[in-house]
This record gives sequence, structure tokens and C-alpha cells, in this order.
Amino acid sequence: MSAPERTRPSRHAGRAAIGAIAYAVTVFLLLPTLVIMPMSVGPERYLRFPPDGFSLRWYAEYFGDADWISATLFSLEIGVVATLAATVVGTMLALALVRGRLPGKGLVELLVIGPVIVPHIALAVAMFLVFEQLRLTGTLLGFAMAHTILALPFVVFTVLAALYRFDADLERAALSCGAGPLRTFRHVTLPLIAPGVVSAALFAFIISFDEAVVSFFISNLDRKTLPRKMFEDIDYNVSPTLAAVATMLTLLTIAALVGSHLIKSRLDRRARAAGS
Amino acid sequence: MLQSAALSSRSVGIEIEGLVKRFGSVKAVDGVSLAVEPGEFLALLGPSGSGKTTILMAIAGFEYPDEGRIRVGGEDLTWVPPNRRNLGMVFQKYTLFPHMSVLENIAFPLKMRGLGRAEREERARAALATVRLDGYGERKPSQLSGGQQQRVAIARAIVYKPRVLLMDEPLSALDKNLREEMQIETKHLQREIGITVVFVTHDQTEALTMADRVAVLDQGRLQQIGSPHDLYETPRTAFVAGFIGETNFCKGRAQGAGVAGQRIGVTLDGGDVVEATAVEAVAQGAPVRIAIRPERLSLGDPATGLAACVEEAIYAGNATTLLLALPSGQSIRLRVPAGAALASPAVGERVGLSWRVEDARAFGDAA
Amino acid sequence: MSGRPSRWLLGGRHYSEAASLALAAPFLILAFVTFILPLGSLLHESLFLPQPTLAHYERALTEPVYLRVMLRTLRIAASVTLLTLLLAWPLAWLMARSSGLRLAILVASVLLPLWTSVLVRTYAWMVLLQKNGVVNQLLIGAGITGEPLRLLYTEGAVVLAMSHVLLPFMVLPIFSALRGIPEDYNRAAQMLGASEWATFREVIFPLSLPGVTSGCLMVFLLALGFFVTPALIGGPQQMMIATLVSQQVREMLDWSFAGALVGVLLAFVLLIAVAFKRAVRLDRFVGSA
Repeated sequence: MSAPERTRPSRHAGRAAIGAIAYAVTVFLLLPTLVIMPMSVGPERYLRFPPDGFSLRWYAEYFGDADWISATLFSLEIGVVATLAATVVGTMLALALVRGRLPGKGLVELLVIGPVIVPHIALAVAMFLVFEQLRLTGTLLGFAMAHTILALPFVVFTVLAALYRFDADLERAALSCGAGPLRTFRHVTLPLIAPGVVSAALFAFIISFDEAVVSFFISNLDRKTLPRKMFEDIDYNVSPTLAAVATMLTLLTIAALVGSHLIKSRLDRRARAAGS
Repeated sequence: MLQSAALSSRSVGIEIEGLVKRFGSVKAVDGVSLAVEPGEFLALLGPSGSGKTTILMAIAGFEYPDEGRIRVGGEDLTWVPPNRRNLGMVFQKYTLFPHMSVLENIAFPLKMRGLGRAEREERARAALATVRLDGYGERKPSQLSGGQQQRVAIARAIVYKPRVLLMDEPLSALDKNLREEMQIETKHLQREIGITVVFVTHDQTEALTMADRVAVLDQGRLQQIGSPHDLYETPRTAFVAGFIGETNFCKGRAQGAGVAGQRIGVTLDGGDVVEATAVEAVAQGAPVRIAIRPERLSLGDPATGLAACVEEAIYAGNATTLLLALPSGQSIRLRVPAGAALASPAVGERVGLSWRVEDARAFGDAA
Repeated sequence: MSGRPSRWLLGGRHYSEAASLALAAPFLILAFVTFILPLGSLLHESLFLPQPTLAHYERALTEPVYLRVMLRTLRIAASVTLLTLLLAWPLAWLMARSSGLRLAILVASVLLPLWTSVLVRTYAWMVLLQKNGVVNQLLIGAGITGEPLRLLYTEGAVVLAMSHVLLPFMVLPIFSALRGIPEDYNRAAQMLGASEWATFREVIFPLSLPGVTSGCLMVFLLALGFFVTPALIGGPQQMMIATLVSQQVREMLDWSFAGALVGVLLAFVLLIAVAFKRAVRLDRFVGSA
């Protein structure tokens, strides 16, 4: 009989393998976007990795190009309008679904999830058909409506989750204290669901700002969004200006995610402090 | 009881030797040695953080100790992975696999041991019958009540005739009545199949009801191991005296030196002098704590015992508990069983307390 | 109103039918203009123009050119689903076993791509996969190939880039399923004699299946109708149904046929969605941090 082993038996071989694959997948997820960043500051006309120098000329090119800037401003404009619309309309709908007595509730719910299930290409082509006739292509109103319906499901589900999380007795308490439904919403419901609403709004903005498929179809020659402009440029040439734009968009997304997390945790704390 | 005969196993003992387990700088288990006899039901009892669960996890193989050995049936298992220890375990929340039927759950350990389908099913059905759940085999665990899930968990843990059954607070999720029923049922089952059981609990009543012997733990150290009777009648540390059952503690100083088991005089903080039995050697003038059970105090004339004043009488059907104030201001409890011919004194009345010297146990008091 | 709160307290719901309808009205109007009316018009185009006919559907489902596109779409969507599943499961597993900073980093590595523009990510893959791109540099540097390979405009490139774009939709539901498995199941299985592998095969993987189903469904549905990535990374030889629809509308101006293609795609998507109704969980993708 051999002397008893002093060392811990290794029973982690399988786990270590899965863990290694997992980290490799993380790299696969992050690397493509991150590789673009250093390439965007290379001085050459073609993209190289690693870049042979440092230059901001492609950023300068972007900021000096009226086409890029007008597309960006238009996208921002649409983003703000669509975010406001999606947040307000989505919150109202969520309230009606949870706190109201909505006839045909099942159908309405199906309609909410519709834009997620129906492929965007189908929606894009269909909207193109109708928006042409309604003269909505290339207009702020047209884009804003299209982006609002696309962002709505995310707002509705976030607000629904926030509404289900908090105790409806708080609202009943306010109502029984004599506050009307509007004041109850303003002073009790809204502060408690604010964290959900704010993060929903941020995600709505990202959805609108990045939306490419529907925008591709409902743009026209003189009014196009930033993704549509990128789409065209990518199709023609893989220019370093695009790398600069891609880098800025990625940084913007990071900022939005971090911002959403910070705002949400702050409001969460406040809501908890007020709620308990 | 034919089915349970099929499940009975050659029972073996467990020896734990100098077990130490650190988590960071905290010693969760601090040099515990104990032996479990073959076929014995041992309860590990202690408050949370006492190390009882860590000891169980070390026996199961989920924690490897920093020092010490664990032997089951003479075989050193200290470093053997859990799936090769051939021990049975029932967890706190049953942990029946939700995607398998009851029968599949019970057959799972047999499948892991490479048994054929027919034999697996036959033995699983027999185990199900042992826990009185025939006919429930095709259900999903979620369709059973808490008590039934508990019985399935036990069936699954004994179907492969493990050498030892470990139980980690398995009854804590049940409500009170069911818990008491399951305590007795589990105990009967253990006797029938004669398996060695190590049972972790923080509930002293549960430990005393079920176990042949109880090991009381506090802060990673073994305080005392013994039969429920020993623990209650002759606690060896103040912790055990306070943790098992109800106890009054009175502080004082030893009048003279004494060795363990000797009668000593103690001057209480209020100035009265009483007699007690020393549990450990005490020096003259050393601070001591006397532990006396409420039901071991007798009432008498105020002139003849330790003088006290009745502050409150709480009637509880089978007994009346009196809250008494000593001259020092300390409050102690005294229990008068119902039906005792004595009339309970009124609130505010002065009484004298007396006791048998063996019932007053004096512990050295470092604090 | 303050004197009669009871009117607003019907069965635990505070708003009357009329008030609820008023709250839902903006959504209903918007959904009509941007969803019901457009899809309805398009399908109408495919069925009734110039007169009631199924000819456009017949053409879509019988002509070999179009059938090939549809089969390719199904094949690519299936490959993407399989590849994302293989990549996502280990990551979701590691996430489920992590906490604190490590979990935060892993979650960020999934959420960042999820919320980064699909165009940006597709563009990144084009840069990586081009003739003198990073991937070719690596392959030449490793001596696997002597001269740059043509990587772009291949089905492999389309599958790879789409898998990258859709991976988060697979990771999050599996993560949420694995997160819900108590560590005690793992311990119980080992105690009962299961090896690491048997524990995985018999307990952990089966319990992750609801998340796997949900993830596969999301990825497959999204992949079927994917437009941006295949349009940019694939060539004409890799055309998927979305690109075909786009071509019919923008180049052929054949709305009726485009409508029929959309009709086929919709029927397929709805069929799958209804069959797996319970697995479609949108809430998993919002604020999962």
C-alpha cells in the first residue's frame, strides 16, 4: 500500500478547459472592435495593424466633411426624438398593461413584441413602401416613428420589470390617502420606476443611433443617418475615416453603458431609501 | 421491513483526527478529533459559525482540511474526491434534480455505478418503498410536498448502500409539526438499516431527539461529546451548559481551592455564600460561574435558602416559570411543574432558594 | 377625484378601461402606422396585385435561383446558431461561476458588443478579413499560408461575422439558466458518485437547456432575417433572403415579389416563434448587468 497522498487531488482539468475556452470567446467578442481603435490613428491611407505612426488626420477628415457631420447631426436629432417618444409612449403602455384594464391585452402584448420577432428587413421594406406614399422617407418624423417602434419593446419590458418589482400597495396607499392617479404616478410610481425608465431611455437612444436596416431603406439622397452613410462608405471602400467613426461610436457605447450603470445604481439607491 | 433489509449495509465507523480548516485567517475548525462508532447516529450541534458544517463538508470531500485526517471504516479518505468516497448525503434543500422523475433521481447513483437499467429500477423501487412512497416514482420532485421530497432525498442517499450517511440540516426547511414527525421517522429508518449517520443541526431539541450521541461545537472547537443525558446532566463547559437546555448562571468567587468534582463554597456577587460542585479545578478566590437548571431549584422559607423576590409568574400549562430577583439584582428563573402540591408564591413575595449540590455546577470564569 | 378613490381601485388595478385605452392609444396609433399598415400593404401587394394571385409565392418557392437563396439562408442561420452555441456555453458557464470584478468584466465583454453598432462590428470584420488584413498577416506569420487568402465574400466569413454579432443573444439566456442552478446540485451529483463529466452530462447541461433553447431560437430567428452583415461581408454567391428582398425592391422595383419573399420569411419566423412561444424572452437582453 502506498503512503497516503499529501497533495490535493486535481479535479479541475475539465473546468480549466471550459474556462480557457470561455476567456478565448471573450477575446473573440472584444477584439475585432478594439483592433479598429489603434488602426484609426495610423497615418496611411490603407489600414494597417499595428499602425506605422500616430496621426489624427482621419478624425480631422471626419470633422471636416459636411456629409459626415450632417448625417451625424441628423442621427442625433432622430435619436433624441425617438428616445423621448419611445420612453413616454412605452411607459404609458406599460402602466396600462400592469395597472390598467386594457381590452385585448393579449393582442397588444403581441403587437409590442412584434418588432422583435419580425425580421427588420421585412419591416424596413414594408415601411419603405408606405412611407414613400406618405412622403415620410428622409424626414425626421419618418425616422423618429420607425426608430420609436423598434426601441419600444425594450422600453416596455424594462418598465414592466420595474413595475412588477415594486409593491403595488404603495400606490394603493397613496390612492387611499386621497391622491388622484396622476399625483400617485408623479409622486410614488415614477420615482420608484425611475431607474428602469432611465436605463430604458439610454438603450432606446443607442438602438436609434445605431439602427441601420430600416434607415437604409427610408433614407433618401439628401437626408441620411450616420449608419446609412457608413453603410454606403463601407460598401465602396474600407477607408480609415470609417475606422475613426467606428472608434468614436464604440467609445460612445462604452460611455452610455457606464453612464447607464452609474445613473441606475444611484437612482436604485435613492428608490430603495425612499421605498423602505 | 423486507425492503429495508435489502438496504442494510455493513456499518462502519468514522475517525476524525486533529482536523484544522482555515478560511483566510479564520480557523473554521480548530483541531477537532472525534470518533463515530459503527451504526451510531451522531449529531454535530452548534450555533452558526461553530464549524459543524465545515466538518461535514470535510467528511463529504467538498473541503480539504489544512491539517488532520479523516478515516471511514479504517480507510484514509482525507484526499479522496467526493464522488469516490461512496458516502451518502442529504442536503439542506433536498437537491432533487428537477429534470428527473423521482425514480430517476433515486436510480441516479446506481447509474453512476454502472448498474444495468433493470437492476437500477428494481433497487430504486425498493428504496422508494422503504421511505413509504410507492407509486410516486413517475412524478417530478416539484409535484411532491416538502416531507415527501425529504424522503426521496433519503432514499436516493441510501439506495447504493453507502458506508455512512451525512445529513446537513435536512429538516430545517420543513414546518414544525412535519419536522418532528420526520425526526422520528428518520431515526427509525436509521435503526432499521443500521447505517452510521452524521447529522448537522443547530437545533438542540432535534439533536437530543434523534442522536445517540451529540458533539457540541463552538468557534471551531469540540466542546463536549456525549449522550443527550450526559450533555444535559453533566455539561463540561459553561458553553454547553448554556447551549443545551435552559440554565441560570450566577457569578461569584471560590471561597477555597477545589479540584474537579469537589464541593466548594462560592461567594456570590450579592454577598451570599452558596455551595456548588466544581467542574474543573479552581483556585481560591478565582472567579466562577455557577450553572443551575430552572427545574432543579426548590422553593422554601426565605430564612432557609438564598433569599429572592418573586417578580413574575408565567403559567404555561405543564409548568409555571417564576422570574426571581436575587439581592444582587440578578434575575433567575425557577420552574415549578404543574400538579406539584406546592402553591405558587404570589408576585412580590420573598422566598428562599435551595438546590442539591450536584445540580449547581461551578465553571471557572475567565471573563 | 380625491374624494372617491374607490373608483380607481378596481380589483387591484388603478386605471379604468377608458384611462387604460387612453394610455395605450399613442402606442396603438404608432403601431398601426409603422407596423400593421406597412406589413399589411406589403402582403397585400404580394397577394392582390394586379389581381388576387399566388403567382409571386409560387415563383419564390419553385424557381431554383430563389430556392437556393432560401436554403442557403437556412443553412447559414443553422451554422451560426450552432457556432454561437458552442462558443456561448463555456462563456455563460464561466460567468455563472464568477462574482465581483470578474463577473463585471465578463458581463461587460458581452454587453459591449451587444450594444455596439452592428455596422461597426461588421466593418471591423471586413478590416480584419481583407486581403492584407490582420487575419491574413497572422496566417502568413504562422506559416499556414504563403500568400494572402481570399477570406472576405465567403460563406465562412459570413458565418463567422454573424456569429460574432449574434453571440450575446446566445450567452445571456444560457447565463441566466446556469445562474439559477444551485451549487448544491453539483455537490449532490458528486456525492452520489458522478464524475465531473457525468455531473455535466447528467445534471448541469440538462438544466441549462431552457436557456439553450431560448438562445438558439433568438439567434436563429435573427439570423434568418439578417441584412447588414451578409450584405457587406458576403458576395453574390452568399446572398441571403434579406439581400434578395432588398435587391427586388431597390433594383428590380418588384414589390409584389419582394412582398412574397417577406411573406415566406414571416410565415417561417412566426411558425417557429409560436412553436417555442415560451422560450422567447426579451427581458433577458435589457439591463442584464
